[in-house]
Amino acid sequence: MYAVNYHRASSVADAAKLLKNGDAKLLSGGMTLIPAMKTRLAAPSDLVDVSRLKDLQGVKVSGKTVTIGAATTHYDVATDEKLKKACPALAHMASLIGDPAVRYKGTIGGSIANNDPAADYPAALLALGATIITNKREITADKFFKGLFETALKEGEIVTAVSFTAPAKAAYQKFRNPASRYAIVGVFVTKGKDGVRAAVTGAGEDGVFRSKEIEAALAKTFDASALDGLKVPAKGLMSDLHASADYRANLIAVMAKRAVAAANA
Amino acid sequence: MSDVSLMVNGKRVSGNVEDRTLLVHFLRENLGLTGTHVGCDTSQCGACVVQVDGRAVKSCTMLVAQASGSTIVTIEGLANGAELHPVQAAFKEHHGLQCGFCTPGMIMTATDMIARHPEGLDEATVRAELDGNICRCTGYHNIVKAILAASQAMAKGAKGRAKQAA
Repeated sequence: MYAVNYHRASSVADAAKLLKNGDAKLLSGGMTLIPAMKTRLAAPSDLVDVSRLKDLQGVKVSGKTVTIGAATTHYDVATDEKLKKACPALAHMASLIGDPAVRYKGTIGGSIANNDPAADYPAALLALGATIITNKREITADKFFKGLFETALKEGEIVTAVSFTAPAKAAYQKFRNPASRYAIVGVFVTKGKDGVRAAVTGAGEDGVFRSKEIEAALAKTFDASALDGLKVPAKGLMSDLHASADYRANLIAVMAKRAVAAANA
Repeated sequence: MSDVSLMVNGKRVSGNVEDRTLLVHFLRENLGLTGTHVGCDTSQCGACVVQVDGRAVKSCTMLVAQASGSTIVTIEGLANGAELHPVQAAFKEHHGLQCGFCTPGMIMTATDMIARHPEGLDEATVRAELDGNICRCTGYHNIVKAILAASQAMAKGAKGRAKQAA
């Protein structure tokens, strides 16, 4: 790791100020950033630690509205009793990230700001039609996730929370890479007031995306059988040493079926 | 450089360190607590697991500056004098190790796992919870046995203490 200056922010406003130092980066759980710095894939001049800011922590459920602070860890999302009642699919998804030690540190805000093409949260927030709240504005998930490791966040902008309306039904299924634990394909489906949404992670060349084919098939009948024989196009999907685009296309349909079955269970 | 101050195994320690210093390096090199190991150095193997504020995390993936102000427990902090911690005793009894390199991380993960499952553990849960700890010798069999035995021994101990208190 190259030398770096560490700062612990005392508030979101303080963090925004500290971010103006050189080539500063926000540090939350550090489960991606620290390994990236160790391998010198990332070399920020300054780190601004927001993980201890109380304002950014915790899950709030009010009726059907769920709000999760950006620095809430995967462990705290996975085990939150209110969330398990309001949107069990998201708590379940958080329990599948990394391993127990990683879930104690990694945060929802860090995951979505990084927007790794194989991360789980981007699929969840896209399928939930969530709103990403920053220190400057609110951004819909549809507009937030732009591409590989790319988001709508501007220079100096800090994710403070995410918010969504709990859907009537939802579930997430992922096919994990057995070594990295990242999704080779993950599919999050929801059925809510505004219809069916299905978001896919791990597979797209441009990162997380909504599958029109799956959404159209499920809009008619929200049942796994509605996806029988569904062909997901391989165009635009990743091919790498783990899986070809064709294999991923097939896996998307399989994971979507499993997710719908779980959502209806 | 940063001034850091932590509680490690019940003792207040401090130091002036480069900001990029990892917690595991501070423990091993500044404090001489070499029980915590560096295995893969890529957050996967779990040989470096220690408890920070009661949560078992990978000390190779955390700066000591991040941990400043926290309470740390390492493998050296578990035993009570010559008396092994129940998890250590169970690893010994069930031979939950061969080369021993992964053992400190396994034990720190196991103590956290047992604390999070006061209702008791079953084999499937133990195996799932060991997701972030890699052992290249044992095939995990005796590690799982040791953790299950420790979980039962600690539940009995807790009941015994509750009786005494009553």
